[in-house]
Amino acid sequence: MKVGVLALQGAFDLHARTLEALGAATVRVRTAAELADCDRLVVPGGESTTMSMMAERSGLLEPLRDFVGAGRPTFGTCAGAILLASEILDGRPDQHCLGGLDVAVRRNGFGRQVESFETDLEVPALAAAGLGDAPFHAVCIRAPVFERVGPDVQVLARVDGRPALVRQGAVTAAIFHPELAGDTRLHELFLLG
Amino acid sequence: MSPSSQDPTPSTPHDRGTQLVKRGLAEMLKGGVIMDVVTPEQARIAEDAGACAVMALERVPADIRADGGVARMSDPAMIVGIQEAVTIPVMAKARIGHFVEAQILESLGVDYVDESEVLTPADETHHIDKWAFTVPFVCGATNLGEALRRISEGACMIRSKGEAGTGNIVEAVRHLRNILGDIRRLTQADPAEQFDWAKRLQAPLPLVQEVAETGTLPVPLFCAGGIATPADAALAMQLGAQAVFVGSGIFKSDDPAPRAKAIVEATTHYDDPHILAKVSRGLGAPMTGIGMDDLDVRLADRGW
Repeated sequence: MKVGVLALQGAFDLHARTLEALGAATVRVRTAAELADCDRLVVPGGESTTMSMMAERSGLLEPLRDFVGAGRPTFGTCAGAILLASEILDGRPDQHCLGGLDVAVRRNGFGRQVESFETDLEVPALAAAGLGDAPFHAVCIRAPVFERVGPDVQVLARVDGRPALVRQGAVTAAIFHPELAGDTRLHELFLLG
Repeated sequence: MSPSSQDPTPSTPHDRGTQLVKRGLAEMLKGGVIMDVVTPEQARIAEDAGACAVMALERVPADIRADGGVARMSDPAMIVGIQEAVTIPVMAKARIGHFVEAQILESLGVDYVDESEVLTPADETHHIDKWAFTVPFVCGATNLGEALRRISEGACMIRSKGEAGTGNIVEAVRHLRNILGDIRRLTQADPAEQFDWAKRLQAPLPLVQEVAETGTLPVPLFCAGGIATPADAALAMQLGAQAVFVGSGIFKSDDPAPRAKAIVEATTHYDDPHILAKVSRGLGAPMTGIGMDDLDVRLADRGW
């Protein structure tokens, strides 16, 4: 099994190193040929508008849509969650989404960097998967907010009562950064799923 | 507005301004290009080109160099105008040691403060105590000791100083090689030698020991100062920088928009010469540039 990490811009190295520490073989994906080699994909945090433009200019938009549409496991964090949404609020008009998740997501929903924060979240899905019942430490950096989640979207954790970790089919998305907190359990859950 | 007593929404504690949160934004900017802009219109060109952030300032370094005089923090009205023009993070510069300029920038909600040698220093002994702020700081460095001193003061991102406003990459290359070469050498030092490294670098021992152990700076290392072409950006990335700042190099060139776009693509595909060749074609003239022997003022000498 090969796990791709979309490496157009952002925190892709930290995701790749976390996955490698868990024994996964990883590919840093910058081209369609590299994506074709992958069974699973992480779409990292970073600047979502930059990642959208670079996906388009690198000929990756349709291959990424096909990858997600084919039901291959995909995990998006922060900007990655924005890319996987079906609707983007406060985005650029030319910003693309891959549409694996029936959600409307608002960019920078908590505000600018001075409003960025860390907090502990209850994630019952971790305990259910045998990964322990300790809270998950969530780091939210200029984080987006899921403002609408469709009926087929499962909410796995909340911040301030609002969805923060969601799943629909093979697609999982977090508004926070599990790759920053030194807790590998959400990556383990992704590799199990 | 505070939630009313009827509000059923449970609130989660928010710990703001932590090292993880501050360094985290620098992690998110990796692999990207941060562009100097002086007007909302330039900020939109930068965002359209794929910049991951912009640096709002009144004059690009080439003009600061040409104009002389004292260079200060930009007019808040100008910074707010740029914040309103784009959706990507906005950084701004404060003078070295000028903690009140930094307080003002924090109150404006800028996403990163650059305590920058490009502006005229306000304090010839002390840098800003960056631990005292919620907003994160980036600082320039020419060598490993300077980088670790800035980190000890609370900087959450280090950039090479290079020689801003010259369009000449030679100093940025020197600084990246100084920092990364010394990190490689330090990892070979035994524990007794690490004490001597701390003394020679004039840097705190615990940070020296951490670098010796991990083989990397505790915060992201970006390149700044002299990038003018896509190949310059890719050179910085191949040398080991994790993202690039482009100051005068874009808006002092003949045709800024395509050059900005090409530098973004070169930063993503920095190790693919075929893509670099493709994006480097037909960009018009880069900024003219200045040789180091022709400089009256070395901005990189500012900072202590």
